[in-house]
Amino acid sequence: MFNEVYDVIVVGAGHAGSEAAAAAANMGSKTLLITMNLQNIAQMSCNPAMGGIAKGQIVREIDALGGYSGIVSDTSAIQFKMLNKSKGPAMWSPRVQSDRMRFAEDWRLLLEQTKNLDFYQEMVSGLLVENHKVVGVKTSLGVEIKAKSVVLTNGTFLNGLIHIGDKNFGGGRAGEKAATGITEQLVQLGFESGRMKTGTPPRVDGRSLDFSKMLEQPGDVNPEKFSYLDITKPLSKQRSCHMSYTSEKVHDLLREGFDRSPMFNGRIKSLGPRYCPSIEDKINRFADKDRHQLFVEPEGWNTVEYYINGFSTSLPEDVQFKALRSVAGFENVKFFRPGYAIEYDYFPPTQLKHTLETKLVEGLYFAGQINGTTGYEEAASQGLMAGINASLKVSEKDPFTLQRDEAYIGVLIDDLITKGTEEPYRMFTSRAEYRTLLRQDNADLRLTPKGFELGLASEKRLKRMEEKHEQAAKFVQFFRETSVQPEEANPVLESKNSALVKQSDKMFKLYSRPNITIEDVRKFEAVENYIQENNLDNEVIEQTEIQVKYAGYIAKEKLNADKLNRLEYVKIPENFDYSQIKSMSLEAREKLKNIQPTSIAQASRISGVSPNDISVLLVYMGR
Amino acid sequence: MILNDTIVALATPSGAGAIAVIRLSGPEAITICSTFFKSIHNKDLSKQKTHTIHLGHIIENNKTLDEVLVSIFKNPHSYTGENVIEISCHGSIFIQQEIIQLFLRNGCRMANAGEFTLRAFLNGKLDLSQAEAVADLIASDNEASHQIAMQQMRGGFSSEIAKLREELLNFASLIELELDFAEEDVEFADRTQFKDLVNRIVFVLKRLIDSFAVGNVIKNGIPVAIVGEPNVGKSTLLNALLNEERAIVSEIAGTTRDTIEDEIVIGGIGFRFIDTAGIRETVDVVESIGIKKTFEKIEQAQVVVYLFDAEQFKTDSEKFIVEIEKIKNKYPLKPLVVIANKVDKLSNTEVETLKATINNLHLLSAKTGVGVEELKEKLLGFVNTGALRNNETIVTNSRHYDALQKAFEEVTKVKYGLESSLSGDLLAIDIRQALYHFGEITGEITSDDLLGNIFANFCIGK
Repeated sequence: MFNEVYDVIVVGAGHAGSEAAAAAANMGSKTLLITMNLQNIAQMSCNPAMGGIAKGQIVREIDALGGYSGIVSDTSAIQFKMLNKSKGPAMWSPRVQSDRMRFAEDWRLLLEQTKNLDFYQEMVSGLLVENHKVVGVKTSLGVEIKAKSVVLTNGTFLNGLIHIGDKNFGGGRAGEKAATGITEQLVQLGFESGRMKTGTPPRVDGRSLDFSKMLEQPGDVNPEKFSYLDITKPLSKQRSCHMSYTSEKVHDLLREGFDRSPMFNGRIKSLGPRYCPSIEDKINRFADKDRHQLFVEPEGWNTVEYYINGFSTSLPEDVQFKALRSVAGFENVKFFRPGYAIEYDYFPPTQLKHTLETKLVEGLYFAGQINGTTGYEEAASQGLMAGINASLKVSEKDPFTLQRDEAYIGVLIDDLITKGTEEPYRMFTSRAEYRTLLRQDNADLRLTPKGFELGLASEKRLKRMEEKHEQAAKFVQFFRETSVQPEEANPVLESKNSALVKQSDKMFKLYSRPNITIEDVRKFEAVENYIQENNLDNEVIEQTEIQVKYAGYIAKEKLNADKLNRLEYVKIPENFDYSQIKSMSLEAREKLKNIQPTSIAQASRISGVSPNDISVLLVYMGR
Repeated sequence: MILNDTIVALATPSGAGAIAVIRLSGPEAITICSTFFKSIHNKDLSKQKTHTIHLGHIIENNKTLDEVLVSIFKNPHSYTGENVIEISCHGSIFIQQEIIQLFLRNGCRMANAGEFTLRAFLNGKLDLSQAEAVADLIASDNEASHQIAMQQMRGGFSSEIAKLREELLNFASLIELELDFAEEDVEFADRTQFKDLVNRIVFVLKRLIDSFAVGNVIKNGIPVAIVGEPNVGKSTLLNALLNEERAIVSEIAGTTRDTIEDEIVIGGIGFRFIDTAGIRETVDVVESIGIKKTFEKIEQAQVVVYLFDAEQFKTDSEKFIVEIEKIKNKYPLKPLVVIANKVDKLSNTEVETLKATINNLHLLSAKTGVGVEELKEKLLGFVNTGALRNNETIVTNSRHYDALQKAFEEVTKVKYGLESSLSGDLLAIDIRQALYHFGEITGEITSDDLLGNIFANFCIGK
């Protein structure tokens, strides 16, 4: 059945696998996407939402490079929010609530329209490896498919074990079976593997809820969107979420089930994410809090199914049910399905290079939860990068990596391969040293030229980006050059309790003041005229505002980033022998040997490598 | 970089003394020493425990060089982190050299300047600021700077910074919490408490930064410019100060032949006396260059001493008064001591006239010693040694000073940001920079610290 040799085989069709397959195929590689169930492409296994703080920025970056996640998030959105809008522009984070079914459908349709991409439904049970080089995959039916490179995106499926109370059973997701064979083979090949845990809350019937007892949480009045392309449109109508709270009574009911909780009776041994704790974990660790928030999220436009965000749990289903019935608005709740915890295999990502290729087996790439991350966005971005690099490798081109000051994707991958992770890794803005540079509004400026060069981002994308930023630059220049007279400026300043001016002043100076916004400066005739004459859209206006109001901070972060980059340029030779440096702690030598950092800067980010070790290393590098 | 060889050097100052200490460091230190050491109890040195002392003789070809005490420090429990031998021998230069030459012939290499400390650093026994303190300690030639260097080596200084850093880190975590978990049910950071904390940090930083001036003075000595004609008795004055203190005088050749510095330690504080030519009015080109130089020296000095010959005053009083006024006008804030030397040659009435003509005149006779003690007290009075006496932390390292200065700038920005209700992400830029500069002293900060702090203390996550 499979006579040809594929350039790239992608195993798994979740968020990572789908992006990987799309990227490789769009870059011209003959690509095969294999998954256990073709009905379940791009499933949202957990909450029906894309984006959020730091994650929204990642989706924008994926879109800017030419990935599909932004487009699908837009077409399947039922609610849009720009989070953190009251803070600086680096914190503005887009998030949508998604129609879970439409999300998966739109992804599948996009993939079907992608050239060079074949599909096949089967469980991959092993890799074909010759001389430390991957040459294909083997399926559970014994079919061998040849390929020059393979991207593994197995998610939670590798030896997945689902826990509900004192029951547990094998499975990759509720209602789907686990995948076996791959971990065992990789361990034999010399890989280190580990176990991680994550969890999900119950899904309930919206018809059984009393929303009048909850707080409505509508979307933004002026919704925006993810994709920089104009093929998607902002939402014209939206669905609301609702909020309720747990109570002491709910906590007491939950505690009754603690003795049957796999979290507390030792059945679950692996580590879950600290920032996404189960409800039992929350009331156990933070006993002084008498209530916790619950977000009631619709699963789509038409379905009655609701997702109870904040109530992730692996307590027995009867305990979940009894406790939830004590929450305001949930008195008559009916379950669609209980929450559960799942344990799965992952491979510590320090075994990877910056390209996400494994150090041990050439041509083999890992992306997503297999690398110990959590989140659709984190997975999708790794899939994109793995797909890009697999494709570049088979066409014998230079690898593609992103620096920490270029993209959250760069921060994510550098963190993973340099520091590894003990718990499921989620992106936070605080992980980025230079988040003021990594904004959601400028991902196109940062990445679209790179995506275009790769052959992923279309010329149309590039042109749109260039046009937007050119218009913004001109508009900024306009503010720098145009003066405003006191007669015109002072009424506006007075209305904002801002100090009045005595003589004419450059608009840039007034606009830079903290509480003066675009609405205020539009009251100046020249500004409004400029906008009308040049037909500026909101994106350009917003971009201009950021560049006027935050110019100082952006320049400062850029300076700091450039300073750090000096250490990025002090390269460490490949296979550098750390054992000769007796002056380093044994731990540091071990870690450096395993991770093989490519630069002094990367070495300095490895935990257990002290500033002293770095000084010593610099001495050895002749600095 | 070669670290697997064994080095040897004299650890005590060169020259003859009662005893001298020769130090060996490296993997072969104990083996090499044991070959030439014969214990009085016939003990094999290579089989002795670490941190033990042994009496015996250094013997080469049946010839005894000296009776010595040998201390053994085994890797890694030694100053350098390697095997270290310290031989206390008798202090003659001949014996020192014979023993060192013996080891050089038998597998040791002469240590480079600072190499023991370099090895200690490379072996992780000292951090950078401690290593720097060791260098200062070796170079310190007065009591006060010795005290600072000792304090710094024990980590006194960086621990104060570490404390500040931790408080700021807590602050930063609270800000990050607001940013990354804005959707969640977290209590927002109390800005009033933040302001208090920032004010406190500003205060401590300011004190440390200010202490640099004191520290620097103590470390490098206080520059004192002596203005006076060549024959006015400058060297006699310096010798008078010197003889009293029995301090070490070092001569540092300046950039030009006529700039000579003499360092004299008075009451534990170093004073650097900078000789200058006079400032007499002249039309001579060469001389006017000299006068320009004098003013440059005065500019650099913290104290100015104007010295004149009391005998000459009788004939040239006008000239001296003009010159004194000139200095006073040009440097109104600089401490000035006007000294009339050779007062022993004046009659009592002449002295009275002199005192009446010039305010605050210091009378001195370098020859008889009159006024020398008073001059010392006057000079010491210019130095603020209060901080030292109160045993406060003093910054002497210019790298640290630089880092503190930068941290101070950033924290000040945070302060203004807080006052103008700046958004947390923008505050965070300055906070991170401040933390970075603290890190230059104590060790690096990573964003993991922030997240770890958040997860440990707050209930977050849906």
